[in-house]
Amino acid sequence: MKYVLLFCGASQDLEAWQALSEEVRTRKREQAAQWMAEHRSQIRSHHALHLPHTITSVHVGAGGQPLVTDGPFLEGTEVIGGMAEIEVADLDEALQLAKTWSALAPGHPVVEIWPVVEE
Amino acid sequence: MTNAHGNTFPLVSHEEIGATLTLVFREEAGKVVGALLRILGNFEIAEEMVQDALLVALERWPVEGIPERPGAWLLTVARRRAIDQLRRDARYRDKLAQLEHAVVHEPDDRLRLMFTCCHPALSRESQVILTLRAVCGFTTAQIAHAFLASEVAVARRLVRARQKIVQAGIPYRVPRDEDLDERLSEVLAVLYLLFNEGYLTSTGSAATRRDLAEDAAWLCAFLTRLYPREPEALGLLALMRLHLARADARFDATGSLILLAHQDRTLWDRRMITEAGALLEQAAALGRPGPYQIQAALVACHAEAESWQVTDWLQILALYDLLLGMAPSPVIRLNRAVALRYVAGPEAALAEVEALAQDLEGYHLFHAIRGAFLLEIGQREQARAAELRALALTGNQAEQSLLHQRLLHREEARPGLSGASPG
Repeated sequence: MKYVLLFCGASQDLEAWQALSEEVRTRKREQAAQWMAEHRSQIRSHHALHLPHTITSVHVGAGGQPLVTDGPFLEGTEVIGGMAEIEVADLDEALQLAKTWSALAPGHPVVEIWPVVEE
Repeated sequence: MTNAHGNTFPLVSHEEIGATLTLVFREEAGKVVGALLRILGNFEIAEEMVQDALLVALERWPVEGIPERPGAWLLTVARRRAIDQLRRDARYRDKLAQLEHAVVHEPDDRLRLMFTCCHPALSRESQVILTLRAVCGFTTAQIAHAFLASEVAVARRLVRARQKIVQAGIPYRVPRDEDLDERLSEVLAVLYLLFNEGYLTSTGSAATRRDLAEDAAWLCAFLTRLYPREPEALGLLALMRLHLARADARFDATGSLILLAHQDRTLWDRRMITEAGALLEQAAALGRPGPYQIQAALVACHAEAESWQVTDWLQILALYDLLLGMAPSPVIRLNRAVALRYVAGPEAALAEVEALAQDLEGYHLFHAIRGAFLLEIGQREQARAAELRALALTGNQAEQSLLHQRLLHREEARPGLSGASPG
């Protein structure tokens, strides 16, 4: 089974992250990278994402013309900080993996597990 | 009378047929779903095919009689349907041959099915509905009836839950040892919820209604046979048996609730109470106390008391304190306040109840208990307001009836309203 993991946090998690010293943030980034490396047999690809104020959205505007706007389309104060595509046996294995991330909780304490439509 | 399948039970009355079908479905449905699921690996198809077979049985068995081996009959009908549906699907080519010789592996098939239906990735509501349908063989109509929901709403929820199992890859297997505690507690929570739902609404049962409490206790007994060294499963079974043992004394002839203090204790099933006590001792010997064991011990205090007057309230209060330490909850504090009433008097108990107002404003028993304490300290008007609030908040007829009686009784006793002397 393939899943996409979305590493999420609330806006206050983001604020707490930004309030950390650069030294602590660097250490936490290293922990996250180490986690990715430790689980590379299950993780097919992963990406860390920049902060939401850097997002650009492209909509279908009036008359079918593309409309470009500054900022995210998805509402809410939650933030996606990264994503990983994983391939594991079943949801239990995905849950086990996600729980090891939660124990580490570097900035993004919630992991959403999205099953991928298999061709 | 015989049917196309040869042997049948003799035909009996419509009600008896209904009751027998219930028992047969409960015994067989989960096994058959489990067997198909093991072979096909697809929850949606397995569950749907067995449900179809149950509906065929519901139509035909009352007319033709119940086959001698109902489980085999259901498995045959369900697997024929599965073969018809999957014949053209390349993904199932290898599995069709296995379906031809499908056999039930009991108890493993049913156990795996229970863990799948109660997987923590499913909402509690979905867990409950799936367990009733797939494990206990309820029809959608019976589930809708049990939870006062529309059939359409139940059917929609079922479709989504089954899709989630298949598309999100919820596995079909018994959890590994390190996950067993968590997974078992999910199953126990579902069974306890089913039990309570059935236990509270066990009056005025229509022919279509299945007794959720009986089904829940039956499944819990099944679990304890497979996990005899899991004390919380034993504790929950003891708790259910202790409640069931006293079920006959809970309602009067009009279907109104009788409070514990006024119940005729000779109607209690002493043998079942003794057996529940033995289960609790078996659980305690394992040395891992938990909330279900403590709750069962609490109920046992009442069940083993010869009368309301000799109830050991100090022991009950101590058990509530233990329970609050493990699982703090405002409802448990409310129940503890009732025990406190008999240890420390109504004023102390009322003060404890008032402290819960914010958490329990929407809970009818909060107002009913508060009303009773207010009455005891002579606050009649406030007591009446609290009981009216309780009445407005409960949807349960037996509880409504009891509250009505209490209010009416008091109205009659008020001088100037009915002329009766105050009592």
